[in-house]
Amino acid sequence: MSRHTIALAQINPALGDLERNLAVHEKTAEEAIARGARLVVFPELSLTGYFLKDIVSSVALPLTSPFLGRLRDLSRRIDLIVGLVEETPERLFYNAAIYLSLGEIIHVHRKVYLPTYGIFDEQRYLAEGGRIRTFRSGIGRSAILICEDMWHPSAACVASLDGMDVLISPSSSPGRGGLEEGKTFANARAWETINRAYAQLFTCYVLYANRVGYEDGACFWGGSEVIAPSGDTVAKAEYVSEAILVADIDHAEVRRARMANPLLRDERIDVTLQELERIKREGAR
Amino acid sequence: MIDLSLNCDLLRRVLIGFIVNEVRKAGFSRVVVGLSGGVDSSLSAFLGAEALGAENVWALLMPYRTSSPESQEHAELVVKQLGIQSDVIEITPMVDAYFERFPEADQVRRGNKMARERMTILFDHSAKLKALVLGTSNKTELLLGYGTLYGDMASAINPLGDLYKTQVRQLARHMGVPEAIVQKAPSADLWAGQTDEGELGFTYEQVDQILYLMVDRRYELSDLLEAGFDERFVRAAFAKVQASQYKRRLPLIAKVSSRTIDRDFRYPRDWGK
Repeated sequence: MSRHTIALAQINPALGDLERNLAVHEKTAEEAIARGARLVVFPELSLTGYFLKDIVSSVALPLTSPFLGRLRDLSRRIDLIVGLVEETPERLFYNAAIYLSLGEIIHVHRKVYLPTYGIFDEQRYLAEGGRIRTFRSGIGRSAILICEDMWHPSAACVASLDGMDVLISPSSSPGRGGLEEGKTFANARAWETINRAYAQLFTCYVLYANRVGYEDGACFWGGSEVIAPSGDTVAKAEYVSEAILVADIDHAEVRRARMANPLLRDERIDVTLQELERIKREGAR
Repeated sequence: MIDLSLNCDLLRRVLIGFIVNEVRKAGFSRVVVGLSGGVDSSLSAFLGAEALGAENVWALLMPYRTSSPESQEHAELVVKQLGIQSDVIEITPMVDAYFERFPEADQVRRGNKMARERMTILFDHSAKLKALVLGTSNKTELLLGYGTLYGDMASAINPLGDLYKTQVRQLARHMGVPEAIVQKAPSADLWAGQTDEGELGFTYEQVDQILYLMVDRRYELSDLLEAGFDERFVRAAFAKVQASQYKRRLPLIAKVSSRTIDRDFRYPRDWGK
């Protein structure tokens, strides 16, 4: 089977309220199941809300937490990508997205790039992830990059070379600037450019799940979307309102895109590594 | 000219969502707004009515004896057009009673007192009506400090605080605020003949350009001069922004403990909401 139905859950998590958010996850997953999806992707920090500040330690969960039991059970019926604050045995807190399937957590991505500028303050509260890995999911070889990770092309490039067919980005992006006549938020336009560019450059599907709602006046703009390897929009949710976006992805499209544009085949890891090592050696970075 | 035009359809949805979301999270379903008859408070009332329904918006008209009769007519026009509930509460007796003891008080003291009198009435009605006070200060006046601290600057939530004055006018037109209100010269209406632009010494169209470049686009002074703006004007605008910084922050707390409110005790306002 090369076709899969997936759902992007454009929800409005409550800030710091795990129980209420868990209930939203369950209800949303039920609807995704009813609509035939085999995976539902929730946004960044979907279980906790985003601008947590000092709440971080109060909502952090070890991956062994019984609180995740209901999600594990649910994952016997549909695969789930859920965002949470992961607490490690060393008492470090990560902005993490977990992939649950058949009752197990089969992949964890810890956000590598923590934005700490403008309205963002993640490095103050969270630890940086240190891995970018693809994994075999129910919908093919996938990589998860959380929000800001997507603004570093090196991260997507690594995932691509690691075999990524589907790039999944859970996000909590607050709309900012540029609301001129006929335009959406400036950063929303940038996101839409990035999603299409990555789909084409890495000849992969991009599943972008952004949240909606407000936290301390900041508006998360939604606009979740599925982009095909051709760069075409498969499905797009509305801005600023809740939605469950259901769409089909077809791995034959990945194959066709890679025949038309064999960019992955022609990647030169040796040249890239050699130049990166030189740059590092020369101390430019 | 810098483009300060707006995608009014999307902005309207964002601001209405903001009011619905933040009012409900606070456990309320109503708002109360001080309606002056000017474009800012009219727009706030329009947004409130669209967000929560006319029956959930209370407008308070709080004239002083020197307030322009036109202001009240305009406020009543908004009340009628929206079908919101309203009350007229004269502030003359309270304000005059106070200044009987201080007859020498100048217009600034009197104007500030009026603004704060209105604030106490709004917050009393907040408790009375179980309604949040909807703010009406725009980004231009917040940045220039052209408002009374703990007076008209006080509110629970403010949908207009990130819109420049010229953008408030655009959105007001888009939402159907009567043209007479959108077009008239902005005034704090604290004394006869007062206009914002007369007091500030420049027009909103002019200063919004500079503030947008300085604040939103992070232009340095040298960048603004290179872009062709008059140096005295730029310096005057910057001086106002800098001098009024205290008005945009909570009172300073002397730090002595290990965890001080808003320094290292940092929770979002929507904590647990």
